[in-house]
Amino acid sequence: MAIVTPGFTGRRRDSSTDLPPGQYLTRDFPVLSAGPTPKVRLDSWEFTITTDPGAVHRWDWAGLHALPARTFTVDLHCVTRWSKLGTTWQGVSLDDLLENVETAAEYALVHSYGGYTTNLPLADLLDGQAWIAHTYDGADLTPEHGGPARLLVPHLYLWKSAKWVRGITLAPQDEPGFWERLGYHNYGDPWREQRYWGD
Amino acid sequence: MTHLDGNAAGGDLGEIFAVDMTAATGQCVGCGRVAPVATALAYGPAPGLVLRCPGCDEVLIRVVTAPGRTWLDVRGLAYLQLLE
Amino acid sequence: MARAAVLGRLTWRVATVAAIRDETATARTLVLDVPGWPGHLAGQHVDVRLTAADGYTAVRSYSIASDAAGDRIEITVEQVRDGEVSPYLAQVAAVGIPLEVRGPVGGWFTWQPDQREPVQLVAGGSGVVPLMAMVRAHAAAGSATPIRLLYSTRRPDTVIYRDELARRAGAGRPVDFAYTRVTPPGWPRPPGRVDAALLAAATFAPDVAPTCYVCGPTPFVEAVADLLLATGHDAARVRTERFGGP
Repeated sequence: MAIVTPGFTGRRRDSSTDLPPGQYLTRDFPVLSAGPTPKVRLDSWEFTITTDPGAVHRWDWAGLHALPARTFTVDLHCVTRWSKLGTTWQGVSLDDLLENVETAAEYALVHSYGGYTTNLPLADLLDGQAWIAHTYDGADLTPEHGGPARLLVPHLYLWKSAKWVRGITLAPQDEPGFWERLGYHNYGDPWREQRYWGD
Repeated sequence: MTHLDGNAAGGDLGEIFAVDMTAATGQCVGCGRVAPVATALAYGPAPGLVLRCPGCDEVLIRVVTAPGRTWLDVRGLAYLQLLE
Repeated sequence: MARAAVLGRLTWRVATVAAIRDETATARTLVLDVPGWPGHLAGQHVDVRLTAADGYTAVRSYSIASDAAGDRIEITVEQVRDGEVSPYLAQVAAVGIPLEVRGPVGGWFTWQPDQREPVQLVAGGSGVVPLMAMVRAHAAAGSATPIRLLYSTRRPDTVIYRDELARRAGAGRPVDFAYTRVTPPGWPRPPGRVDAALLAAATFAPDVAPTCYVCGPTPFVEAVADLLLATGHDAARVRTERFGGP
């Protein structure tokens, strides 16, 4: 049973009723990682969507930027309890990337440079809910925050917004990713506080 | 954000294993390197502790801690040799 | 190599700050009273857990600076800019407050007096803390084992344990300094990082086959460890401990 440390407050935290349960507001943008920051060269960067029959749709950096660039402002909720509201990004909507992709698959497994994976239903990538983001706060997305490009799916906890994204595999079966295999909730809705298995 | 090493994971691993783990040696399933856990590169501990092989970056050990539960994954180790 | 450290069951205990000693303008030593402390080896650390009134917790590791002495342990905390725990420990914590500690932790980055081979210590900034525990343990045991310390720090006024190091520097236990930003007047080397030339001048040569302990921030430790290996030290005899962030 932890005791309270007199006079300790830690970094500035605000709680508010506008936040998902158990979250606090932060002014920082904490960097958490499961491994070294990948160094990805733009001239070899690619993003792929692989469908259930095995077709591969591929975009290089120029190809990504040839698609409509969306500017969007979203709130971020990390399972480690910090939330950052009103973050502004630019990127390509998954709706645009998936427009010509034919599939009956229901699940997506997201892969990143460096080996990280995360999984979510395909439906959660559609209808304006997800982007491949390359610009944060008006500047190129920095490597520590997932640059050159990361997935953003802000309606789920931030571990689903895979940094250094390199591709998505669509499949009829759900396959748990890096954290989902080891205790983190398979879906991860912050508003239902789905942090861990069984929540 | 930079990494630390297996020394920093000694407290969390020590609570799980009830013996010192930093001097335990393990073999990486990726490259076969055998080395003390203290020499692994440590990331986290949030959202989880990840210890990686300094030779090939393979994930050796992962720990996730939740209220009342802890998950441990050691699939990246072919074995662990614990000292008495 | 010595037998591994024996630990009691690792669990959180409540320690009390018994005394505080300023070391530099940004570092101070907290003397902690830990009832039932099982003892520790030089090089081991404790995890310190702070809890705010709303239940928010932060945990950081701090090396034990002192030689084993009953229920008392000492940690030396350097203030880290933008830190979350170190500002509390280095400025706010007062005598009498409780601190939760877990330890002693670590069985690899340790030195025990029954080790007979020469000891080369290389410290970067606050990385000197666990190495100072080794210097103190070596002296307390009356050890005749050759021991040297190379201590890299920013400026003369950031040297922790300066007076004690000066006292211990006699009688075959050399202490060398590297200053990375500002040197003392008349210093023979310009400010700069530890490099191969400095290692050649101020540390045991590889053929002495010392056990080397390197501690400090991650970039320092990795650069120095690489240099030690490049000059010919056996990798099995280089022990490292990386210190981390705020």
